[in-house]
Amino acid sequence: MVMNNSNYNSTQVNATCPACGLLCDDISIVSSPQLTANKACVKGVSFFKRAFKAPTDTLPLIAGQASDLDSAINKIVEILHLSKNPLFAGLGTEVQGMRAIMRLAQKTNASLDHMHSEAGVRNTLALQNGGWMTTTLAEVKNRADLILAIGTDITSSHPRFFERLIENTDSLFKQQPPEVVYLGTTQDAAINVENLSKLPEILNALNALLHNKKLQVTHVADVPVATLQSLIDKLKSAQYAVLVWSASMLNIPHAELTIQSITQLINKLNETTRAAGLPLSSGDGDTSVNNTSAWLSGYPTRLRFNNGMPEYDNHQYATSKQLADCDAMLWISTFNPHPPIFTKAPTIVIGHPDTQFERTPDVFIPVGVPGVDHNGLMLRMDSSITLPLKKLRDSKLPSLTTVIAMIEEKLSNEVSP
Amino acid sequence: MITLLKNGKIYDPAHQKNGVTEDIYIRDGRIVTKPATTEKIDQTFDLSGKVVMAGAIDMHSHIGGGKMNIARMMLPEYQQKQLQEIKNSSDPEQHICTPHCSHHTTPSATDTGFRYIEMGYTAAFEPAILPINARQAHLEMGDTPMIDKGGYAMLGNDDYFLRLLAAKADQKVINDYVAWTLHATQAIGIKVVNPGGISAFKFNQRRLNLDENNVHYQVSPREILQSLSRAVHELGIAKPLHVHCNNLGAAGNFATTLDTMTASSGLPMHLTHIQFHSYGTEGDKKFSSAAAQIAEALNKNKHITADVGQILFGQTVTASGDSMMQHLNANHANPKKSVIMDIECDAGCGVVPFKYRDQNYVNALQWAIGLELFLSVEDPWRIFLTTDHPNGAPFTSYPHLIRLLMDKSFRNDAFAKLNLDAQAMSNLNSLDREYSLYEIAIMTRAGAARLIGLNDRGHLGIGAAADITVYTDQSDREAMFAKPDYVFKNGQLVVKNGQVVKVVWGVTHTAKPAFDNAIEKDLKQYFDRYQTIQLDNFKISNDEISDDGRGQVVTHQKNKE
Repeated sequence: MVMNNSNYNSTQVNATCPACGLLCDDISIVSSPQLTANKACVKGVSFFKRAFKAPTDTLPLIAGQASDLDSAINKIVEILHLSKNPLFAGLGTEVQGMRAIMRLAQKTNASLDHMHSEAGVRNTLALQNGGWMTTTLAEVKNRADLILAIGTDITSSHPRFFERLIENTDSLFKQQPPEVVYLGTTQDAAINVENLSKLPEILNALNALLHNKKLQVTHVADVPVATLQSLIDKLKSAQYAVLVWSASMLNIPHAELTIQSITQLINKLNETTRAAGLPLSSGDGDTSVNNTSAWLSGYPTRLRFNNGMPEYDNHQYATSKQLADCDAMLWISTFNPHPPIFTKAPTIVIGHPDTQFERTPDVFIPVGVPGVDHNGLMLRMDSSITLPLKKLRDSKLPSLTTVIAMIEEKLSNEVSP
Repeated sequence: MITLLKNGKIYDPAHQKNGVTEDIYIRDGRIVTKPATTEKIDQTFDLSGKVVMAGAIDMHSHIGGGKMNIARMMLPEYQQKQLQEIKNSSDPEQHICTPHCSHHTTPSATDTGFRYIEMGYTAAFEPAILPINARQAHLEMGDTPMIDKGGYAMLGNDDYFLRLLAAKADQKVINDYVAWTLHATQAIGIKVVNPGGISAFKFNQRRLNLDENNVHYQVSPREILQSLSRAVHELGIAKPLHVHCNNLGAAGNFATTLDTMTASSGLPMHLTHIQFHSYGTEGDKKFSSAAAQIAEALNKNKHITADVGQILFGQTVTASGDSMMQHLNANHANPKKSVIMDIECDAGCGVVPFKYRDQNYVNALQWAIGLELFLSVEDPWRIFLTTDHPNGAPFTSYPHLIRLLMDKSFRNDAFAKLNLDAQAMSNLNSLDREYSLYEIAIMTRAGAARLIGLNDRGHLGIGAAADITVYTDQSDREAMFAKPDYVFKNGQLVVKNGQVVKVVWGVTHTAKPAFDNAIEKDLKQYFDRYQTIQLDNFKISNDEISDDGRGQVVTHQKNKE
């Protein structure tokens, strides 16, 4: 990828790409005379391109009018000070940002929810109901001899998955790349379903066949039972099958039960051979936010603070539920310029400098992009690895952490009403 | 500024002080000699009649890293329920425990620090840092206030080491790799969990005995223990190899444990949560106590130390690197859920909730086995007080456990309430020993500091860090140890009457032996070919721990003796 930009230096620097849950850390960036992001995928390139294109001296806005940082902070403090039930949403950030947000949430009794939690909670519910057996990327690369992609082509959301882990890659324990079987809606899927709402039926049938149950039908969701049986045979004879799913693709009622069907399949397979799951993440720091929340409060998101004590409720503290009740919203999106969700409550946005608004928020503070404008820390989608995000250029934009610290300081100076 | 702690009854086993009345002077966070009479004493605490010990050190407690976070995510209901239970502790199955016996099994990082310091503990060590997950472990520990932290890096199931061993690599190469790992992960010791077994499980082996080969590498747990214990010894790390034996939790595993004691050919090893490895197969239920055999062997084998991993009754969660055995244990999960993970050709983990019940034969006997071990091992310098938090019970149960050790009638009353079949299979009633305050101070302070190699902690000598706990001498030892009068961290008063009065941030203790960095060339190639992150990103710098202005890396060197 190539783009014009003369401001930045020409030395090659290593970078970690936060554009998806794979967190590729083999990217090298040259920013002058043209920006190149060597080894980055299409998602990564567009992330770095947008971040580098954003000016580093964008000013904060109060009611759409250019202002300065101190005035914007004052305005935010004014809003939060009056708020009894603030909602912190979006949460597109990394570990350090989330640490700061948690502190502020505790002080302001805020509820917390990530922009992609609709998907994340599907996995969380499956985890909380039955647990699961999962694996991580290096195990996939070195050990997997069968990949079953369920309801996802993997590539669209995690473009370098196959390049880095499956094809033409050195492997410790096997000679051949794994067989990849798709169960989904694409034409080339070995098990092709009309739409993903058929997945529950298919997975129930697969579970039944794995338990040696005879099915009384010839087809399940238009898929011949013989096809399903041959998949079961493959899974049973594989030495290390990896079942991949993407919760964000499963926009079907009670998707958590479908995920549970997958985890049950994996558990049963492990009675005789080895198999493991690999849930894909949705991005915008969802894995980092969930983990940081867990060690700081004891709970994953969604939660709220009440008198400084955390309370966990996957249902009640969903953004969609809180939008109606909240009396202030702080929307955070630092990796991508996601505009805030609409609420009638006063709206504060701390986010990507390139954010465009349909409705003018009460306050907007543009902040640096983690891994470009400042350092950060991020958890990979398999939650097993935390990698540093590195600052790649000088920027006048403050970091989210700095802005939150300023808000905190001003807030604690305010006298309670 | 000089602080004087006046007239306390000092229990300082490192200096053979057993309840002598003495003054302690503190300056700049350290214990100092009596200042000249011309110097001003800024602050005096009259400790007449009070029991004074160094801050306690938990040498094995799962306080950081992915496993605990999985437990937090999987079990949010515990926290809510436990808050209630602590308020009205009336669950009949917990009648042996008391309100001090909190069942907060998955505390947040903040709560972890607060609960420890409130009990007079000033340091805790995470015993199972997966090298690949070390950054997260340090982040969690970095967010744990009040106490010092540190950890043991897990080796012995990682592909790189197993390949070195399979290729019969020179011991020097292995030593370099072990030292490199200590540096890269900012750890103070090396641990091995189910040697070779976590890896074997990934190749579909379901059990691994001490002299059985891992099918892929064709090396045995014994060879792994030999190699790693030798590396630790030759590198001059104070902390002996921390060993979680093969066959955790399995009936009859005491034989493996006894064999394991011989595996290092006399070099020091620490066998952790040995209660979970002291099971026989006698009796109708084919599950019995082998505490007597294990204790006898511990008494005989002076190169072996152990911590107990006591279980206490109630709901908890077990979080272990031992994916192989936790996959088997998942059948007993209560509630019925578990997480088993294979991780990065490096390690694994298994998180399985358990509810230990005093009317359950196996659980009741586990409880008795732990106490039998405590009471039968003669040398308090070689046995340590742990519950393997949260696996046997949360660390907040320590005051209760201390009373069980110090108070025979309290212990026997508890024993009398156990499952009757379990009572019939235990000799606990015949063990008359009651631990003294001096012995408790050895187990929880002086011994732990000496084992880990913390030269300036765990004692009250001149030059020691002023981590000091002051108790009121009460016959109810549980009440006494649950709520110290004062806790000083680096000379600052941080707890008064069991309540935190000042928030401080401890340091991270590490060991960094010298080694030949040429190993990194090969590691770089290995990472580029087979791993999924860059070698440079695997390594954790000192700055990462101190950057937020709270943390600090302290590196310890072994005392030349």
